[in-house]
Amino acid sequence: MSVHIGNAENAPSFPRAARAALINTQLRTNVRNATNIIQAKRNNMTGELPDWEELREAGHAIKNHTLKYLDLYLEQFEANVTRAGGMVHWATDADEANQIIGNIIADCTGKEIIKVKTMTSNEIRLNDYLENSGITPHETDLADLIVQLGNEDPSHIVVPALHINRTQIRDIFQKKIPLHELGIDNLTDDPQQLAEAARLYLRHKFLTVDIGFSGANFAIADTGAVVVVESEGNGRMCLTLPDVLITLLGIEKIVPTFRDLEVFLQSLPRSATGERMNPYNSIWTGVTPADGPSEFHVILLDNGRTSVLANGEGREALNCIRCGACLNVCPVYHQTGGIAYGSVYQGPIGAIVTPQLQNLEHSRSLPYASSLCGACYDVCPVKINIPEILIFLRGEIIRDEQRTLLGKFQLENIAMQAMALVFSSSGLMTTAEALAKFAQGPLVHDGIINRLPGMLSGWTNSRDLAPMPRKSFRDWWLQREKDKGQ
Amino acid sequence: MSAESRAAILARIRRANGVADNPARVSQQQHEWSLLSRAYRARGNLDDAQRLKLFDERIRHYNGTPFYSTGNIQSDIANILTERGKQTLIVPAGLPSEWLPEDFDFVPDNNLSKQQLDAADGVVTECTLGIALTGTVVLESSPTQGRRAATLIPDYHLCILRKGDIVELVPEAIRRLESIKGRPLTFFSGPSATVDIEMTRVRGVHGPRTLDILLI
Repeated sequence: MSVHIGNAENAPSFPRAARAALINTQLRTNVRNATNIIQAKRNNMTGELPDWEELREAGHAIKNHTLKYLDLYLEQFEANVTRAGGMVHWATDADEANQIIGNIIADCTGKEIIKVKTMTSNEIRLNDYLENSGITPHETDLADLIVQLGNEDPSHIVVPALHINRTQIRDIFQKKIPLHELGIDNLTDDPQQLAEAARLYLRHKFLTVDIGFSGANFAIADTGAVVVVESEGNGRMCLTLPDVLITLLGIEKIVPTFRDLEVFLQSLPRSATGERMNPYNSIWTGVTPADGPSEFHVILLDNGRTSVLANGEGREALNCIRCGACLNVCPVYHQTGGIAYGSVYQGPIGAIVTPQLQNLEHSRSLPYASSLCGACYDVCPVKINIPEILIFLRGEIIRDEQRTLLGKFQLENIAMQAMALVFSSSGLMTTAEALAKFAQGPLVHDGIINRLPGMLSGWTNSRDLAPMPRKSFRDWWLQREKDKGQ
Repeated sequence: MSAESRAAILARIRRANGVADNPARVSQQQHEWSLLSRAYRARGNLDDAQRLKLFDERIRHYNGTPFYSTGNIQSDIANILTERGKQTLIVPAGLPSEWLPEDFDFVPDNNLSKQQLDAADGVVTECTLGIALTGTVVLESSPTQGRRAATLIPDYHLCILRKGDIVELVPEAIRRLESIKGRPLTFFSGPSATVDIEMTRVRGVHGPRTLDILLI
């Protein structure tokens, strides 16, 4: 088994990628505008529900319960899909999933597929795989279409083209869509016109392509149903019109019962796009005679999820319902946008999901791409304690590095070990404080330290440091006790 | 290949959870599910008039248009279609024929091709229920509501909803759908829309761009 999460294993470290993002002022403006709008809408929509916290609590409880019995729920889901005329396939990793999908398509006559937005297919790099096998995948979600035609990377799990503004979109459409053939002569950057161009461009595909492909928001164990929520209707087109439908879903997408939708159909749309309900939700079970595809395949994908499950303190990352609220609220994401994370899963949730899926072998800088402010936890509709998991992962990575000789003798590790020793001994602490007060003398200018020497300069590159006060808390406390005694 | 992978994935899950493949766990699973915290609202508190008013507001908010029946459904439908300038309309085979006014071309959906569906002006169907809080209408696959493609491809949808089938909250809707949960279900809240361009809501992408709801 070999886990691949998009191309995350080859992505540059977050600090390096972030530097490139930060000098792109256009990107920063686009990201800031979009996240501000979406966040304000989300706050309105969650604020109007008197039972919002109870919905979060219920979502959390249902998801944790599902993880505990995940094997049983998957078996129940499989049995119900099969009973309803669908076919269930299991894939341990990205390569196996791609092969299964490739084989299903090879048995069909068509050489094109129409796709609903699915991050999981980006995770397994399905489009690359299909193109190499002579199959043409058409993204039909507007944002995904923009990303695909513009040869861009998705930068947000809900609105992948969030970093691209209307003028840039017009330029991409002018280059890549045969506008003239569609009867469009003068495309402006008006969103209504751009959406109309996409409608006309895709209409023909919807009516002619025979294979549909989707991800899933939820898979219901007790009925075998799959749920896709969307806005544009492209999802309904792909799920309903082709003869063959293929759905790829991560094994963590399972929910126990149809009834559990009453929680997630409230918390997901309000968190994701700031709407009371998505314009469209499709729920279907296997195949239905004379309604929709006559052949239905589900691929259940592991690709590292079972390693996350084995991670006692990190496993709640699997509870994510991919709403993107934590991205929109994150001060780090606000500055860098999503591409700097080097993963199909960006932002705070991406920072705990991406490294864990890869068993902490790659994307090791991501748990540090956070100020640990906790805003992500506050907005999470299933109450994933992201900051806690980030800290846990930082610890895992450090412990991992300490296991190697090189890591053990790294300056930073030696310094941290020395600190740990000092902090654990009162006498050493007193001596260290006295030493530091003395040593900091030449560094203090106008009451602050704005440049530390050597490797410590990393800290002061972007912020000032307050000098050690003349009297430490411990001095003050001792004095106070002494005064009391008198 | 897939069978081996199935066994491998299930084994990895059981190892991660520290459990064995034990059939007795199923009753434990169901018991624990029934105890899950569900302190959110299960029932609304609006009366019939308030619920209808909220539904009306929310449908309009998402760019759908509610109409109120005068008691004669046939003439209601005629008036709406005339106002909208629609002539050729798809109807599911089971839609009551006494509802359909003369002077329009109603085409029963006897497995029409996608192109035939695309050529029509619109579609007229019943629906299962409405959710007031979210401005949502739910369709099921049935003789009076048709198959999914028929309410998707045409650019105009006139949907007939009984006022008594409007619930206030999402959990109330889910409870009512319990008995038909195996059928294909479509929830829609207004005509199709996108916010993919700078988070600006644009109406009408791929689904029907005009949605009318006749409340009877």
